[in-house]
Amino acid sequence: MSDARESRLTIGSDAPVLSIDDLRVTFVRRDLDLPVVRGVSLEIGAGETYGLVGESGCGKTTLAMALMRYLPANGRIDGGSIALDGEDMLAVSRERLREIRGTKMAMVYQDPATALNPALRVGAQIAEVYRFHGGLSKADALERARAALERVAMPDPAATLRRYPFQLSGGQQQRVVIAMALAGDPRLLVLDEPTTGLDATVEAEVLDLIAELRERIDASILLISHNLGLVARMCKRVGVMYAGRIVEDGPARDLLTDPRHPYTMGLLRCVPRFGMRKDQAGLVPIPGFLPRLGSGLEGCVFSPRCELATDDCRESEPELDHWSDAERARRARCYHSDQVSGMRAAAAERAPGAAATSAGGTLEISNLGKIFRDGRRRIVAVNDVSLAVAPGEILGLVGESGSGKTTLAGCVTGLLKPDDGSIRFAGQELPRSVAQRGSERLRAIQMVFQNPDSTLNPAWSAGAILGRAVNRLGGLRGAARRARVEDLARRVRVEPQHLEAKPGELSGGQKQRIAIARAFAGSPTLVICDEPASALDVSVQASILNLLAELQASGGISYIFISHDLAVVRYLSDRIAVMYLAELMEIGGAEAVFTPPQHPYTEALMSAIPTIDFAHPRRRIPLRGAVPSLSAPPSGCRFHTRCHRMLGAVCIEQEPPWQDVGEGHAYRCHIPADELCDLQVAAAAGDPE
Amino acid sequence: MTFDELAAQAAPPSERVLRRRYVVRRLLRSPTFLVGAGIVLFWIFMALFSTHVTRFGPLDIDPYHTLKALSRLHWFGTDENGRDVLARTLAGARSVLVVAPLAAVFCLFFGGTIGLISGYYKGYTDEIIMRFVDVLLSLPVIVAAIVVVSAFSSHTQGSPGAQAAVVILVIGILFTPPVARTIRAAVVSEREKEYVQAARLRGERAPFIMVAEILPNILAPIIVEGTVRLGYAVFTAATLSFLGFGVQAPSPDWGLTISLDRTVIQVAWWTVLFPALALASLVVGANLLADGVRKVLSE
Repeated sequence: MSDARESRLTIGSDAPVLSIDDLRVTFVRRDLDLPVVRGVSLEIGAGETYGLVGESGCGKTTLAMALMRYLPANGRIDGGSIALDGEDMLAVSRERLREIRGTKMAMVYQDPATALNPALRVGAQIAEVYRFHGGLSKADALERARAALERVAMPDPAATLRRYPFQLSGGQQQRVVIAMALAGDPRLLVLDEPTTGLDATVEAEVLDLIAELRERIDASILLISHNLGLVARMCKRVGVMYAGRIVEDGPARDLLTDPRHPYTMGLLRCVPRFGMRKDQAGLVPIPGFLPRLGSGLEGCVFSPRCELATDDCRESEPELDHWSDAERARRARCYHSDQVSGMRAAAAERAPGAAATSAGGTLEISNLGKIFRDGRRRIVAVNDVSLAVAPGEILGLVGESGSGKTTLAGCVTGLLKPDDGSIRFAGQELPRSVAQRGSERLRAIQMVFQNPDSTLNPAWSAGAILGRAVNRLGGLRGAARRARVEDLARRVRVEPQHLEAKPGELSGGQKQRIAIARAFAGSPTLVICDEPASALDVSVQASILNLLAELQASGGISYIFISHDLAVVRYLSDRIAVMYLAELMEIGGAEAVFTPPQHPYTEALMSAIPTIDFAHPRRRIPLRGAVPSLSAPPSGCRFHTRCHRMLGAVCIEQEPPWQDVGEGHAYRCHIPADELCDLQVAAAAGDPE
Repeated sequence: MTFDELAAQAAPPSERVLRRRYVVRRLLRSPTFLVGAGIVLFWIFMALFSTHVTRFGPLDIDPYHTLKALSRLHWFGTDENGRDVLARTLAGARSVLVVAPLAAVFCLFFGGTIGLISGYYKGYTDEIIMRFVDVLLSLPVIVAAIVVVSAFSSHTQGSPGAQAAVVILVIGILFTPPVARTIRAAVVSEREKEYVQAARLRGERAPFIMVAEILPNILAPIIVEGTVRLGYAVFTAATLSFLGFGVQAPSPDWGLTISLDRTVIQVAWWTVLFPALALASLVVGANLLADGVRKVLSE
């Protein structure tokens, strides 16, 4: 690759801050060499924000670790070079490396809770950076630590210094970690999935901070994420990684609106855009699997999963600049770049699912309450929730973690015993505990769990798992049982030979398919899906969502679909319920909930989603403060501590009434519907970002 | 190939088979495990076949050659009854290797059952069982064993089988608490997993969930506990027979031999040294084995 082209691709002015050339990293696992990063070259200019996107296992984090020289003992750098400010990172001494980490580059990890030492006060932890790198006295270092917290917009920095990490919210913890990373004025800041695992509103808070810092500090940023929307929002330039290689790079906006690699297009097609509905367009999953680490790869790494692949692709691998456009600073590792845009059209067509009528009954939850007791502390996890799910309906249940979604679902299944209220199903009162429900009700109400790795018993084969469910829930034995298992496997598109396999041999998507088949073993009428796809990679997520939509449409089954991903919920659901701090805040038709008038909390949640829709940027509504504790919920309206539309004393003192908007749409707020509608329409028209 | 076929393609080769092969390979490469297994296997072989290997029988008395030092004929010398110390040392493995493994199996069974019930039911059941376990745990093992064994001694007098059974049961019961604790901890983390919830949701009964769903997934800690307890059981069994609460003379049992022959240690040190070394080697061997297994399984 010629130097001339390289320099044209960097946007920053001077020499690049970070320059990686043909980097190769190999892991040794169980005595086998597994190449994880396979010849990655990239440059980040001064003050530039570069995003690295890809699914899990593509080598993003390994790249960052190699960059920091933090590879674990079984990882080694096989070749290539890393230069930071012109200094060869692979040749530096151990001493110099210690200086460089912190002063020249710093890293922010995925989980702020584990990045901080739980036994040390926040102040001591930040001050340590100044004492180590700056040689300051204890008092001076603490003063600098306070200033550092101020820089990351921490409310009340002086008091925060004296707190322990567990006394801070997730967003505040991540602020502390970022403050520490910035303490040494690094030239390069590496953010590895800085918001994954944080709630949507907290994520938005952290992203706002990073966006704001980007303007104020002169560090370059390498942002690693699996979330296209996030990278689109934060970065100027983006590189897409697949199986240890960069397959496409270029300016973020250009790349995401006009992708030139089928993998990038595949990623875009398999996430629902906000506002997309299941009856309008289908999601298109990327078929197949990521190649197993260390497997011999001939030709283009993506060719086994690519719909554009030809014999050329399978024989030899294209260079990263096989397709390039110097004007737009774009490159793609593909022989068929010009056909990529044609893939989009293929996605649009989809036969609308026949609206089947359902024989199932209505689920009516009234005044449901669930209290957890922890010693003397009472935690009200679900407070006075009433809602109904009609037969054949998908009810989306949304809210941040701790809002009570999963507890509510647990009460419906009977895995948790509610303390208050009643649940009626098909006109009959449901016994509180699963043990008292009887086989008919067990058959009718089933659940799909969140974590594909623990949802199946690792000691049982997939076939045995399904067989047991068919036997218990369907009452079948012998040949009938076997036939039903095979039929279920076919319906969830699992090949019969995989029924022999134990979960450890199945991919995450296959495990979740088996789990779905298990829930459907006795032809249920209500299935509770608790974040069924959120632990999966986006390409697999799409196929699971499609499968759930298809099963629901064909059998007229009702779902309670729990998710923190608003785009997914809006895509699938007929009606949506929004929960906050154990209470129901809003309920209504899927479209109605997302258009004014809507509860201020829903409004804020909606504004927090990072989007790849460059044409319609959304206004951000920052939520103030942390989520209050469930053991001492705020008085009056529970949302008043963070509400951007708070009226005044009435919100603090009185519980808000339900405002009925009509057509089953209602929200809980002191602001009447028409007034709220005017406010929100005016705000939306006012200032698109 | 259509998209659906592609999507349903076989997952790459079996992770489970790879893992199993890897465990075996790591075990065969672990010096700790190999040395431990070698020692234990040696003693198991001797317990079964020592009489075919040695020139003399362990009980053959020779009144003309008592307390003879090491010689070509008697490599480890003879004791005060003229019995060959080599033959007795090798044959002495038998009594320990009957008592210790059976005791280990017993404590695994009791401890496993208690751990499963306690960990699965949680709440009051768990509290009550675990406080009871704590009480047992606070008893000094040897003292408690002596008390129980001597309480039964009048019933078992003259029947070596019954006596061994009591020793096995007592050691088994006394080692139950630590096993129960370990298994309980494993069950507590396992029972929260979603596959257990799914089993409850299809109306499975508790015993089925404990035995068919949870048990197969906690085999690793059970195996580790078993090997660890084996080492302790060898040690405890030898201590009991040293104190006279195990097998009786003229058995070549190591603990018993050390106890009886220590009166002549000043004139014939070999009568005590070799059984003691044998005992030490078996304890060390069992512990090395346990260590090797634990390291490889916990990776």
